[in-house]
Amino acid sequence: MGMTIGEKIIARAAKVDEVHAGEIHTIEVDRLMSNDGTTHLTVDMYHNDLKHPKIADKDKIVFIMDHNVPAENPKTAQAHRKMRNFAKEHGIALYEGKGVCHQIMVENYVCPGEFIMGADSHTCTYGALGAFGTGIGCTDFLYAMVTGQSWVLVPETIRFELTGKLRPGVYARDLMLTIIGMVGANGCNYKVMEFAGEGAHSLDIDERLVLCNLAVEAGAKTGIVEPDEKVAEYLESRGRKAENMFVSDEDAVFEKVYQIDLDQIEPVVARPHQIDDVVPVKEAGDVKIDEAFLGSCNNGRIEEFRVAAEILKGKKVSDHVRFIIAPASNEVYIQALEEGLIDIFLDAGAMVMNSNCSVCWGSCQGVIGEGETLISTGTRNFKGRAGHPDSFVYLGSAATVTASAIAGKIVTA
Amino acid sequence: MEQFTGKVWVLGDDIDTDIIIPTEYLALPSVEDMKQYGFSPLRPELAGQIEEGDIIVAGKNFGCGSSREQAPEIIKALKIKCVIAKSFARIFFRNSINNGLLLIENDQIQEHVKEGDQIEVTLGEKITHDGKDYEIHSLPDNLMEIINAGGLVEAMKKRNGVK
Repeated sequence: MGMTIGEKIIARAAKVDEVHAGEIHTIEVDRLMSNDGTTHLTVDMYHNDLKHPKIADKDKIVFIMDHNVPAENPKTAQAHRKMRNFAKEHGIALYEGKGVCHQIMVENYVCPGEFIMGADSHTCTYGALGAFGTGIGCTDFLYAMVTGQSWVLVPETIRFELTGKLRPGVYARDLMLTIIGMVGANGCNYKVMEFAGEGAHSLDIDERLVLCNLAVEAGAKTGIVEPDEKVAEYLESRGRKAENMFVSDEDAVFEKVYQIDLDQIEPVVARPHQIDDVVPVKEAGDVKIDEAFLGSCNNGRIEEFRVAAEILKGKKVSDHVRFIIAPASNEVYIQALEEGLIDIFLDAGAMVMNSNCSVCWGSCQGVIGEGETLISTGTRNFKGRAGHPDSFVYLGSAATVTASAIAGKIVTA
Repeated sequence: MEQFTGKVWVLGDDIDTDIIIPTEYLALPSVEDMKQYGFSPLRPELAGQIEEGDIIVAGKNFGCGSSREQAPEIIKALKIKCVIAKSFARIFFRNSINNGLLLIENDQIQEHVKEGDQIEVTLGEKITHDGKDYEIHSLPDNLMEIINAGGLVEAMKKRNGVK
């Protein structure tokens, strides 16, 4: 019986010839990532709960501070200190203030065919480069850090065969929100979402990152785009090798196959408080906004910044809107500076933050108040996600967010 | 088979991790400090009303969202005996097992119980409510071993003979 991409990666990590959905395997983890959301908890468990703690392989571990950076209160500062000291003591790579964890991982580490666990739900982003990235909690992280291993129940794969091409003004974010609206917020619970077909190959790496990043919002264990020469080019430009570029066998078993025509996709928003409550922007009604956010591991890359700058050029942000922009990494930030995009943002009246999780995390920057409405390129629109429990978050593309920031209400670009 | 009864609290679909514990309270020093804010965006009074041994009964996709392990930890700290839901989000499911929180899947009972009702759970077999039985399945032995030990770290110690 043939294997899917996900099964091939798990088989490699389990050091066996073949695995199939439903089996449980012990695997060697290729990489481990943890951020300042929970690393301090892992460090506490390491020191307090284990009798003879040791780290299996420090070179497989990356610590990234991105959720509350720079620290916004003394408790966070203390948690950061714990993380920093632990990394230093054990020789673990540490990034502080350099960007959002998943963007740093994609820019510097992720390779196709790797099995990567991260103590963050959006670790599924790495499937854009043909890796199997999946989110875990800090106890699973501790176990993997100490033993180098973990266990995995091999998930079924749901395949999305994409045809056609996104029309101008329609973005990968519109596509993925549309897919989530179609399958539901748990429509792919514990599955692999595999994206393939000519439509998938027409998407650039930044667009594939958008797709895979939101896979968890459909409940998936991960999302993977069938890797191709675009992945190879991306890796080679960054000094990494394009090996283990797995594709599904012709006789691989999929739980379900969806056919999606990219030409039919239109700009959409997800309405509060469910990510699967997706409607075309033009049917969203008259929604006045108080804040707009461009950034996050989903949508804070140079491509989205270019889209936003094109729309903002020569215009002003509405005087009753705070438009907050946070690059996904310093690499993005520097490139945006060099291209003059930051000048355009500032001239228009936007606030440009350091590269971090910012408004999407709802705790350190741009928190919204009672009754306020945010339109965001962030990852979630749960009740209270961006601040007060009685506030409202709409999710849309960089273009929709920027156009809305100018109009003061939700509109298409 | 282990059997227990408890009073139920009924919640809906898609109870996400930001509802179980909002981001703004994650910086508090311990789960004990956080637990009073459990479920606060949805029902601010709920955490104060839950009593030891109570059972949460919810709809589909319970625990969707973030990988924050404080979510199952808080439910455990509130001394909830188990969560019964139509389905669980996968990261939450795994984190719950790792923290020794019992989860049970059943896709019917949520539509039949009222808040405050008593239900009886016979592990691996059934839930009994108002004279009617609802079938439930047992978790695999290796997962029950982790739950019974009180979580993954404790199970690891037990397995390795560490006291």
